[in-house]
Amino acid sequence: MTFSKELEAKFAKLLESYPPGRTRSAVVPMLLYAQDEVGHISNELIEEVAKRCKVQPLQVDEVVGYYSMLHRKPLGKYHVQVCTNISCLLRGGEELYEHASQTLSIGNKEVTSDGQFSLEEVECMGACSWAPAVEINYDFHHFVTPEKLDALIADLRKAQ
Amino acid sequence: MLYNEPSPLEVKVVTKRFGLPNSESLDAYLATDGFKAFFKAMEMSPEQIIEEVKASALRGRGGAGFPTGMKWSFVPRNSPKPKYIIINADESEPGTCKDRLLMENDPHQLIEGILISGRAVDAHKGYIYIRGEYRYLIEAMDKAIAEAYARGYLGKNIQGTGFDFDLYTHSGAGAYECGEETALLDSIEGKRGIPRMKPPFPAVVGAWQSPTLLNNVETLSAIPAIIRDGAAAFAALGPPKNGGTRMICLSGHVNKPGVYELPVGFNLLRMIYEVGDGIPNGRNLKAVVPGGSSCPILKADECDISMDFDTLAKVKSMLGSGGTVILDETTCMVKFALRIMKFYAHESCGWCIPCREGTTWLKRMLDRFHAGMGQKSDIPLIGELSKNMLGRTFCALGDAAAMPTISIVEKFPEDFEAHLNGQPCPYAHANEMALA
Repeated sequence: MTFSKELEAKFAKLLESYPPGRTRSAVVPMLLYAQDEVGHISNELIEEVAKRCKVQPLQVDEVVGYYSMLHRKPLGKYHVQVCTNISCLLRGGEELYEHASQTLSIGNKEVTSDGQFSLEEVECMGACSWAPAVEINYDFHHFVTPEKLDALIADLRKAQ
Repeated sequence: MLYNEPSPLEVKVVTKRFGLPNSESLDAYLATDGFKAFFKAMEMSPEQIIEEVKASALRGRGGAGFPTGMKWSFVPRNSPKPKYIIINADESEPGTCKDRLLMENDPHQLIEGILISGRAVDAHKGYIYIRGEYRYLIEAMDKAIAEAYARGYLGKNIQGTGFDFDLYTHSGAGAYECGEETALLDSIEGKRGIPRMKPPFPAVVGAWQSPTLLNNVETLSAIPAIIRDGAAAFAALGPPKNGGTRMICLSGHVNKPGVYELPVGFNLLRMIYEVGDGIPNGRNLKAVVPGGSSCPILKADECDISMDFDTLAKVKSMLGSGGTVILDETTCMVKFALRIMKFYAHESCGWCIPCREGTTWLKRMLDRFHAGMGQKSDIPLIGELSKNMLGRTFCALGDAAAMPTISIVEKFPEDFEAHLNGQPCPYAHANEMALA
């Protein structure tokens, strides 16, 4: 597989970060960074990461099934993650999730038909004091109200 | 960036640079006592550094509260293998959002703390394990690390002292379990994050089979102040054996939620009513999760308490990770227990059967109970099932799921009884009002 120059540089840096002979350590970050660029984790990507990290494809595949941020199916261009864990729950996180689901007309871990948005009800993501929180791709949004979320989504739709 | 206003009641040690212009830059750090402690530590012997950390009464800020100096002393002095420092920045205990701020606003303080810990245990390589969701912090730390290398504060012969240290970031990819130190070790080795049998402890056999010192971000961020200003000053901030300050993450039903640095031993009611400005709409306090969702819950009448490790242990709870969650009288404790259990059932790695099966079973029971389909005999059964997980698993995730649940059932039986006989949740409308 071919990747962008930036991603290749990241891979090279990763592979030299760990002690000699410990390239397996690069598997998880490499998968995540590659997923950011190519959209999801395909069989081909698993083979590629296995080759680069000098492990068996099965050793990569078992890792993919464990980590919740690694996805075998494509996500939307904008992955909307709404936290409903305790601190967010007390501040309306569940209602916010329901609102997002209605606004986008999709359920948990589903993708809109145009492929632009996906939705996920996530566990605590470390924004408890500024709840309820939403992370869209890697951008945190704090003290989110349904109106604020609608505005965020509308802006992203316009940006397309 | 800071996401809430500071409080005048704060005592700023690890957050003292927060809010300064470009506080994340090396220049701002050097202009405000930065790396003074490093040079001082280079004049001290490793034993002296460890003694100083012991004398500071610093205890692990990740949740367990183990004395940091003691942990450092467990790393074998003479090892034929290389030693590693691993910094746990997997911050994922529900209620906790403090390490984020330390990495974002003062990354060089963390780097200096890492260097001093490296000097103390003779390690020359470190890895900061940052949860995958914190991508912007991986970038922020990488930037700070690059700056430190460029200016000779990392790499070979740091500032002419003869001390070498290399530091890297490592991204997680979404797993609460990887915050547990032995699961984190498996994760950084490129495997599923599954806990290891102890002993051997990571200090002896850790990452890549080598002696490894694992510390939380906040713990290591406190090290420069301890070495620079002396252990006594740090220890004096808190009660005996509970040195320093804690970054308390106030969340839930308070008027001013936020992260505040307060001395260890600060009174919990003062935290709620003075630092957090009380509960919205004049409602009454119902309960508090003192330090992350794993901690046994405190009832309102137990909250006039000193927030230190030993006092909370006396009331059979924990100071935990600093995630202090405030619940007002409109909160349904059955629903709250359900949400906690849903989390642990999702995050159980499945390695130990009592945790894997127990969390899922309890989640289903609580779900059914909250929907009004519970029986009176379920109430003691929820506690009993939880107790069957306690102490029967490799890591503390099973305990973490059991402890809050047991405390909620014991302390709020009336909330459970109110859901019996097909009654709808009595708090359903109260919750709607709370949001209005």
